[in-house]
Amino acid sequence: MLEIKDLNVFYGAIHALKGISLTVEEGELVSLIGANGAGKTTTLHAISGLIPSAPGSVVSLDGADLRKTPANKIISMGLAHVPEGRHVFARMTVEENLRMGAYILRDQKQIASGLELVYTHFPRLKERRRQLAGTLSGGEQQMLATGRALMTEPKILLMDEPSMGLSPLLVKEIFAIIETLHKSGITILLVEQNAKMALAVADRAYVLETGKISMSGSAKELAEDDRVRKAYLGA
Amino acid sequence: MKNNKTAQGILLNTIVIVVLFALFQALTAAFGGAGSFKLVLVPSLWQCCYLILLAASLNLVLGFLGQLSLGHCGFMAIGAYTAALLSLACERAGVFTDKSGAVYILIIFACILAAGLLAAVTGLLVGIPALRLKGDYLAIITLGFGMIIVNVINNLPFCGQDGLAQGSAAASLYKTGLGFGSKAKVTYLWIALLVTVLCVTLMFMFVRSKYGRAIRAIRDDEIAASASGINVSSYKVLTFTYSAFFAGVAGALYACATSSLSTASFAFTNAGILNSTFVVVMVVLGGMGSLTGSIVAAVIMFFVNYQIANGSWVAALPPFLNGVFKYPMLVYAVVLIVVIIFRPRGIFGTYEFSLINLAGDIRRARVRRAEAKAERKEAKAHA
Repeated sequence: MLEIKDLNVFYGAIHALKGISLTVEEGELVSLIGANGAGKTTTLHAISGLIPSAPGSVVSLDGADLRKTPANKIISMGLAHVPEGRHVFARMTVEENLRMGAYILRDQKQIASGLELVYTHFPRLKERRRQLAGTLSGGEQQMLATGRALMTEPKILLMDEPSMGLSPLLVKEIFAIIETLHKSGITILLVEQNAKMALAVADRAYVLETGKISMSGSAKELAEDDRVRKAYLGA
Repeated sequence: MKNNKTAQGILLNTIVIVVLFALFQALTAAFGGAGSFKLVLVPSLWQCCYLILLAASLNLVLGFLGQLSLGHCGFMAIGAYTAALLSLACERAGVFTDKSGAVYILIIFACILAAGLLAAVTGLLVGIPALRLKGDYLAIITLGFGMIIVNVINNLPFCGQDGLAQGSAAASLYKTGLGFGSKAKVTYLWIALLVTVLCVTLMFMFVRSKYGRAIRAIRDDEIAASASGINVSSYKVLTFTYSAFFAGVAGALYACATSSLSTASFAFTNAGILNSTFVVVMVVLGGMGSLTGSIVAAVIMFFVNYQIANGSWVAALPPFLNGVFKYPMLVYAVVLIVVIIFRPRGIFGTYEFSLINLAGDIRRARVRRAEAKAERKEAKAHA
């Protein structure tokens, strides 16, 4: 479904991504794990067009070239991005935030069904729908950012470090939600530093090291691999 | 149900505006000839009108879009000179001879519209490159624009002292075709009021629309806004252009209210009321993200400015205090600092006044205050 070939990204003179290739098939949950500064967030930003990728890179979704699509049009092609660090619209209410997620939709019925979908996955957001997003707790803001991306019922969801800055209990809760989303048939590309959790929920995974994919395979295999265990799982 | 309420709101607002307007016209008819009404109140109202438009339009960019623009008076200068020169050209061409009648009124409105449009076009041209920059850099570039526009006008061959005379470029324009005298200001006050009400309504409609929600989203988080499918750069340019339009209209009203124009009055170094930083003070004082706040703050700041310039109490102050008021910018700077320390949200925060919601708002505010009081009492009891 999502195909990335030879993706190169430069920040000025710094070569941040050095020819990354990865694929995500329909219905899969693929994790991209790696340390700080490996280029995980850069990869997601390049996919959703928030930063330009070098000529020759291939980013395609169901055969359509995403590199030629401006960032704000990519969502209408069925790719939704949950940015890192809980980017919510702090001075708008929860429901306004969700409605912003459906900004590209005109059909009120579709928006209503999107809201319903989000509220079934995140009942807590429904309770707080009139509250300002900035006053939510960290975990709730992560739910809101995820819910907002679900509003358009995308084909594929890119999630950037959903566990960032959350307590262990909340991390478990968020990952349980990710699993539920996955089971309901949504394709997910998950970027995580928390390799243990990410490998536990994923079908397949890639390991990113200083801008290059160093390992890939089924999540189970990787979780048992000695190098991965030493470097990321602390065993 | 919701549509019903909107319709009721529009009806209520229209009725109130019409009644107030009729009342005002009656007052004008009764006292129009009297000294202080004609010489103090009416010119003050003209000033308030363009200051309100200036502050409210800057609030679109500063409060709702969250971008710091320091060149707002540049757009006003464009509007003022457009209206003045266009009306002068009409006068020279003999479209109107005496300053009255239907044709003259039509020309006034045409000038106001042209002023807004030319300012908007300039806003578009400045906004496309400038809004690629963020924060301080945008502030610097807009500050530069404000200075550049003054110099450009100074050097245009047809902006000389006598208006359209070729090659007599100078800082002042002594004739303005429109340039109402004190009597005409009373007669045509309704134009200023009508234009202000109309423009403020258009701005309210903008911030309440889908576009308004989108620009507030951009203010809160650009990355998330972009990921939600909002074209961030084009919305920024759109808002900047829309805001420049109303600054241009404010300029046209200014051109009506003054018989001669001087570029110095729009310059950044100007210590008077038309200074881009002064407009920023108004917006911050009223509340970034509240048009109601901008309107109230514009009137307050006008009053402060008027008192500093004309108040007899200034002369009565001891000399060391008196001196401070010779530098009004110093006073405004202090006002800005005090506001930022003690009430950073401004007077109104993001609250918008609305007739139809007024009763509910007051009730809710009362409940909140009672709750806060009860909490304080409890805390005291604990202590």
